[in-house]
Amino acid sequence: MQICARATEAELTAALDVLKPRPEAVDVRPAEIGLVMLRGRIGGSGAPFNVGEATVTRAAVRLGTGETGYSYLLGRAKTRARLAAILEAAGQRPAYRRSIVQHLVRPVAERLANERRSMLDEAAATRVEFLTLVRGED
Amino acid sequence: MYVAVKGGEAAIAAAHALLDKERRGDPTVPALTTEQIREQLALAVDRVTCEGSLYDRDLAALAIKQARGDLIEAVFLLRAYRSTLPRFGYATPIETGAMAIRRRISATFKDLPGGQVLGPTFDYTHRLLDDGLNDQVPAAELTHKIAHDEAAVPHVANLLGAQGLIEQNPEVEIGAPVGDLTRDPLAFPADRDLRLQSLARGDEGLLLALGYSTQRGYGRTHPFAGEIRMGHVEVHLAPEELGFEVSLGEIVVTECEMVNQFKGSAESPPQFTRGYGLAFGHSERKAMSMALVDRALRARDLGEEVIAPAQDEEFVLSHVDNVQATGFVEHLKLPHYVDFQAELQLVRQMRREWEEANRKEAAE
Repeated sequence: MQICARATEAELTAALDVLKPRPEAVDVRPAEIGLVMLRGRIGGSGAPFNVGEATVTRAAVRLGTGETGYSYLLGRAKTRARLAAILEAAGQRPAYRRSIVQHLVRPVAERLANERRSMLDEAAATRVEFLTLVRGED
Repeated sequence: MYVAVKGGEAAIAAAHALLDKERRGDPTVPALTTEQIREQLALAVDRVTCEGSLYDRDLAALAIKQARGDLIEAVFLLRAYRSTLPRFGYATPIETGAMAIRRRISATFKDLPGGQVLGPTFDYTHRLLDDGLNDQVPAAELTHKIAHDEAAVPHVANLLGAQGLIEQNPEVEIGAPVGDLTRDPLAFPADRDLRLQSLARGDEGLLLALGYSTQRGYGRTHPFAGEIRMGHVEVHLAPEELGFEVSLGEIVVTECEMVNQFKGSAESPPQFTRGYGLAFGHSERKAMSMALVDRALRARDLGEEVIAPAQDEEFVLSHVDNVQATGFVEHLKLPHYVDFQAELQLVRQMRREWEEANRKEAAE
């Protein structure tokens, strides 16, 4: 589900398109946009407090073969949420699992890791060593 | 008080059409896309997500465009939008200790575990207008350095905590209720969780001024920026129907921990105390101001004398919300004709009485 929540619509569509036979899904809960209240911790590690809300899209589907799939993801993206729910349900079927790992989980995980690495490397170039100057008073 | 009026439909429709025209500006200049606003006016977008109390950068960009760049109007639009949506639940608290850090600095320790990372900052720029931005100059070549593989970068204040020189953060009571001012109206005295929620959505300008006032001596708290960090954190939710936690994706937040001198009280030894700020996006001024005001508002809890506006929670929390503030200030524009007629009559009557009294006095 973590991968499904971050995959783009194109990545989800591509992964679904290669599944043979293509899973048929009916909505258990049509994709819906709502809010989740985000929380922080006092002082970064203490008791929780409410920071503010975020938009979240969720969907739930059932495959013709009986599996139920859910998705919850940040933002307003009904198509993406429905696709994610279908793939989450399909992932529960051993027949689909290998294809989903190969065409969705691995490439998306790799893209996310590259993006993360590139972001951290850019930040690392701005790592600073401050020197304290000795003042000549004494 | 204003009284409802009727009429004016045609004029109002024409005014809105004129607003649309003004929003577009000179039609020979290409129109802005909301993607351009989201990507290139990112800090305005971040501010609107903070004060609109809604993390959705696309919507914030749209709101900024619709509001013609009036950020408080944009905040108002986001707040109105959020009130139309159902709430799915409360997320698990984000762990800023596990942040993928893009910026992290400390003004208290030069060398600290995890290091200091400047990130994308206006600090150390010369504040000279850059003519190059008028032309389509390609961005400067970026430097990359292999980042150390650090799992988690510890919070700076906890370095002092290990030596007992700083107060502990309030303990987590599992399942204890967390105040939510979007559900229950604010009542005083307010606990720190509610105060922080209120400050997190509060107006940056007011927080900045109040934070500044504490530095200038109105409720002095001797602050140091223990740490400021900005980066990506993961958001988790445990939906009821699933019964387990799922990752919703990542958000960007800025966190500031102020470390403040405290001379001690009957109960507590002299030690450092903490003020905390957390804001959506890259919102450094907001997070710093919030941390200053959070600490000032703890005066009562810490047994300090409440003498300054920034320490007065009723004053601060009642005025920090810019949607409420603008609503009440701007409602003065609405027709107050009946109200004003009554006042006018009253002043006329008082004037007559005053003149009569003066005449009598002169005659005597």
